[in-house]
Amino acid sequence: MTLGIVRASVLYADKGPKIPDFGKTSDCVKNNGSFCWAWFRHNWSSQFEPRLWEHIELTVVSVGVGFVIAFVLALLAYRARWLAGPVTFVTSVLYTIPSLAAFLILVPITGLGRMTLYIPLTSYTLLILFTNTLAGLTGVPDEIKDAARGNGLTPMQSLWQVELPLAIPTIMAGVRVAVVTIVSLATIAAAVEPVGLGERIFDALNKGNFHTQFIAAGVLCVLLALVADGLLVLLQRVVTPWTRARRTR
Amino acid sequence: MTESIDAPDKGTSGSVSSAAPLEFRDVSKQYPGTASPAIGNLSFTVPAGEVCVLVGPSGCGKTTAMRLVNRMIDLTSGDILIGDKSVTGRSPADLRREIGYVIQQIGLFPHLSIARNITTVPRLLGWSRERCNQRVEELLDLIGLPQDMAKRYPSQLSGGQQQRVGVARALAADPPLMLMDEPFGAIDPINRDNLQNQFLRLQREIRKTIVFVTHDIDEAIKMGDRIVILREGGELVQYDTPDNILANPADEFVAQFVGQDRGLKRLSLTSLGAIDLGPPGDASNGPAVPVTSSLRDALSVLMVESVPALRVTDEHEQVLGSVTIEHINNALHTDTTRVSTPDLVK
Repeated sequence: MTLGIVRASVLYADKGPKIPDFGKTSDCVKNNGSFCWAWFRHNWSSQFEPRLWEHIELTVVSVGVGFVIAFVLALLAYRARWLAGPVTFVTSVLYTIPSLAAFLILVPITGLGRMTLYIPLTSYTLLILFTNTLAGLTGVPDEIKDAARGNGLTPMQSLWQVELPLAIPTIMAGVRVAVVTIVSLATIAAAVEPVGLGERIFDALNKGNFHTQFIAAGVLCVLLALVADGLLVLLQRVVTPWTRARRTR
Repeated sequence: MTESIDAPDKGTSGSVSSAAPLEFRDVSKQYPGTASPAIGNLSFTVPAGEVCVLVGPSGCGKTTAMRLVNRMIDLTSGDILIGDKSVTGRSPADLRREIGYVIQQIGLFPHLSIARNITTVPRLLGWSRERCNQRVEELLDLIGLPQDMAKRYPSQLSGGQQQRVGVARALAADPPLMLMDEPFGAIDPINRDNLQNQFLRLQREIRKTIVFVTHDIDEAIKMGDRIVILREGGELVQYDTPDNILANPADEFVAQFVGQDRGLKRLSLTSLGAIDLGPPGDASNGPAVPVTSSLRDALSVLMVESVPALRVTDEHEQVLGSVTIEHINNALHTDTTRVSTPDLVK
């Protein structure tokens, strides 16, 4: 199928303004003003809210699946250190593939489904999540691991009760980078599937650079990234209370 | 934590301490690919309730020997017995839950409260929450930390407090044996002295069998009921009481290791109360020293004050007798407190 490529080419087409006439269009929209609040408010629930939720879904699924894969790989590499090199190499290669190319290459293989979006988005999270999870685990001081062992914790108990909790700050730093990255990259996924806030952006360009729609979708993306990052910071504070403990004597 | 500090629970929970003897029986440890063993045919017995200090220069294998006991390192040949039970053939994790473990770097878990750090082993053993809480109260009392420390994190405590919590964690499940690897090595000298004294007081109360590793001969003399002196290759050179080691070093190596001032070190082991004093009249107007002073301190005062005799007083300033350089000299050469222990080294 070549639909994706056709859509993508829209990006570069130089066409005059052809903002659709919805019947009772305001002057702002007719003149393609820089931002028409009234139009945005009127179309929020029909054109933006569903796309925002799709965008969240893309991000959560990609980072979630990526985290599970990277976490398992990091645990394996923590036990068998020789794995760290090859895994880092493969995830680095995946990370360097240009996103638009990755989406379009997959179209002939996986078709125009969500799978075509999730495979590249997920693979982009692997490098940072793997690297940070492994770094968090190897960063646990030796004397703490020695104390865990010497006090009779089995290797599994030491991993789950001591080493992983202490790796949380580093792991969470990776998750935050992954989430912000995927919120941004997921807009490009709309080159393949009309989905997420990227669909609104491509559509705005398609309509001859409809400013209000373009800006609204872009700003929503930025806000989504900021809010997601803020929530992750809050989550980290809740699950790692010891990192904020101060000497009070 | 509940605030029932007004009801001290000491003794009610059956916290009468247990202790087991420890025996090294012809123990060797050789790492693959090395020419000589790290520990070679090491044999000695620590009676229950005594502090045995392993001391020697770096590379002598003292820490390795200690870590063989709780199988942090597995021995190559021979056997180690705690009570009558061999440490080999047991699950290492189970074994370690019965042996207190204190290390120089303390190694408290930074993400767990002091209470949860202390109850590490009890929780592994499946103690109930109430029993754990009660044990935390007892142990905070024992190590002299206020009860409200239970909810703090290790980073909120000073180094000395953290080390005491480390000791409390090791004691939590009332193990018959404790291993301590340079426990006061990272503490500054003044606090180290305090912690050593506190620990000796604590040990008089709990009477555990303790294997204590240090490279500092002065700490060994102070802390040990008995001292094992090791030399490179984990070879036992002398195993005896501090007094006997200072009085009769087995060979040139030991003599050098304990230092040329071993005579003075010996004097610091004995207090004035333990020797025969002269009549009070011999030092009617001389300076006074408390009867609890060491012979070393008394000698120092004699030198500094440049007098022939000192008055020895009790805590009520009552004169008990006098001490001269003669008395000190006699005590060094006719020491009756010396106990020979050839039967403990095989």
